[in-house]
Amino acid sequence: MDSIEKKLNEFKSIEELWQRSHWMNDLHPLGKLLISVIYIFTVVSINKYAVTPLILMSVYIIFGFVIGELSFKTGIYRMRLILPLVIFVGVLNPFFDKEVLLQVGDVGISRGVISMFTLMLKGFYAVLATYILIATTSIEKICYALSVLHVPKIIVIVVLLIGRYFYIMGEEADRIATAYKLRAPHQNGVHYSAWGTLVGMWLIRSMDRATIVYESMLLRGFKGDFSSEKIKVRAIDVIYPIVWITIFILIRHSYLFL
Amino acid sequence: MHMADALVTPAVAGTMYVLSTGAAAYSIKKVRLEDDPKKIPVMGVMGAFVFATQMLNFTIPGTGSSGHLCGGMMLSALLGPYAGFLTMIGVLLIQCLMFADGGLLALGCNVWNMAFYGCFIGALLIWKPIMKKGVTRGKIVLASILGCVLTLQLGALSVTLETLASGVTELPFSVFLATMQPIHLAIGAVEGLITAAVLTFVNEARPELLWGVGENKSESKLSFKKTIIVLAVAAALCGGVVSLFASAFPDGLEWSMEKVAGTSELEADGSVYETAENIQTTTSLLPDYAFKDSEAAVGTSFSGIVGSLMVVIILTLVCYAFKFFKNGKSVQEN
Repeated sequence: MDSIEKKLNEFKSIEELWQRSHWMNDLHPLGKLLISVIYIFTVVSINKYAVTPLILMSVYIIFGFVIGELSFKTGIYRMRLILPLVIFVGVLNPFFDKEVLLQVGDVGISRGVISMFTLMLKGFYAVLATYILIATTSIEKICYALSVLHVPKIIVIVVLLIGRYFYIMGEEADRIATAYKLRAPHQNGVHYSAWGTLVGMWLIRSMDRATIVYESMLLRGFKGDFSSEKIKVRAIDVIYPIVWITIFILIRHSYLFL
Repeated sequence: MHMADALVTPAVAGTMYVLSTGAAAYSIKKVRLEDDPKKIPVMGVMGAFVFATQMLNFTIPGTGSSGHLCGGMMLSALLGPYAGFLTMIGVLLIQCLMFADGGLLALGCNVWNMAFYGCFIGALLIWKPIMKKGVTRGKIVLASILGCVLTLQLGALSVTLETLASGVTELPFSVFLATMQPIHLAIGAVEGLITAAVLTFVNEARPELLWGVGENKSESKLSFKKTIIVLAVAAALCGGVVSLFASAFPDGLEWSMEKVAGTSELEADGSVYETAENIQTTTSLLPDYAFKDSEAAVGTSFSGIVGSLMVVIILTLVCYAFKFFKNGKSVQEN
């Protein structure tokens, strides 16, 4: 049950980051979204045996965390969910691919070890790059960027609503879990005899809440779309992504200059 | 089950984005056709609900461990496949952004592996046919468990294929598959049981909330003409394309005969056999699945297509004959 609290705290800490007054938060969301997607695209497209460009790609992560004043610890903690599958996929590479690729003194490093190392690094970079994006850009702003990219309105609205109601629902889940824990203190999770009634009641309440939400939206003039204020594009909003994307391209093709 | 960005190459991620975008475009069209403005807030709130319930742990009887709810099947049973699919896209995007569960580049893969199978296969091929003639507790349990197990198995298989196609692992296909499938079989069964418990309660308290229950049979049925076209195209593809890759090795029976008799074709003496062989040689248009006196591959394809179409035609005629005699019998009984 503690996982609920942890997730809510994680959500709350990200929300706090959105409120900060920092120049990276003020950048246009579209630029930041494009940088993140292109960065991840570039990282995963690097050859699994190419260590040098991958190490160079860390400049964006270091810049984002140091200049953006973000916690490395929090960023690395976010790895916990995807790490098991990444480890499982990569950990056996050294056993299947034993051909020596690199000689460090007397020690030969096999292709499998290098591919395992680059896979882990790619996983880290992708998670940390996404964290830089979400720590400096609110869900509303990401939704704005998605609508600028002509992502269908219905998807944007659903994402926005999930983002807005997640915390409320999460708090409700926490209350239910706490109440249950008080009634059944030595139990690991909800007993199967209560699965249907506990979640079913909550589900029906949520459906009713959705109706109330819809009626409130209608009363406030909802006509199938959320009107958001247009975010002005400044010179830095254009220069910042161009600079980073150029750096990514240069690193990706760095072997051409070596 | 969420795939990380590191596990896919841009080519695989791009392909999966295209497939998921296609499914999303179709779903948007279908939701718009429903013309129910109330549905969008319901989708948002239900998305948040599924997200929140995934944080609740449920005790698995007799194991001491716990599991959580299956989102796709649950949303399909409440919102239908199309609205459920769009809601799952929202859930997966928020999960990837807020909690690093999944990845931006791997989003297309995750949408396909979890939302597509959970909503389209789970709702259209499992939930709806089972609930067509009314809903009972047993049917809900069956549909939930079957839906969760099958869709999770398909999702796990897709994860294996996408990772292997990306070439990031040296794991052999069989090892990867043997690890992924059994784990997800157990997870699917538990998630199915939890989903069944919740949906049974909803059915008892507010049955009108369930999707596709007791809908008109004729509305949902794939038309006869469409069925025949799909079967014909599938048969032509199998016969015309797949037949080219047919193994040159003997089949099971031929292999057994070779082991026992030393040859795969038994010699038969006698006038009856000779006459039968002559008739066969004269009448067969495509002997040995090829044009007469030709070894060209086009002959194999042509044989495959003609053979498949003939099977479809014969089966259709047999079905019609069966229907004709059955109708005649019921008229006589009346």
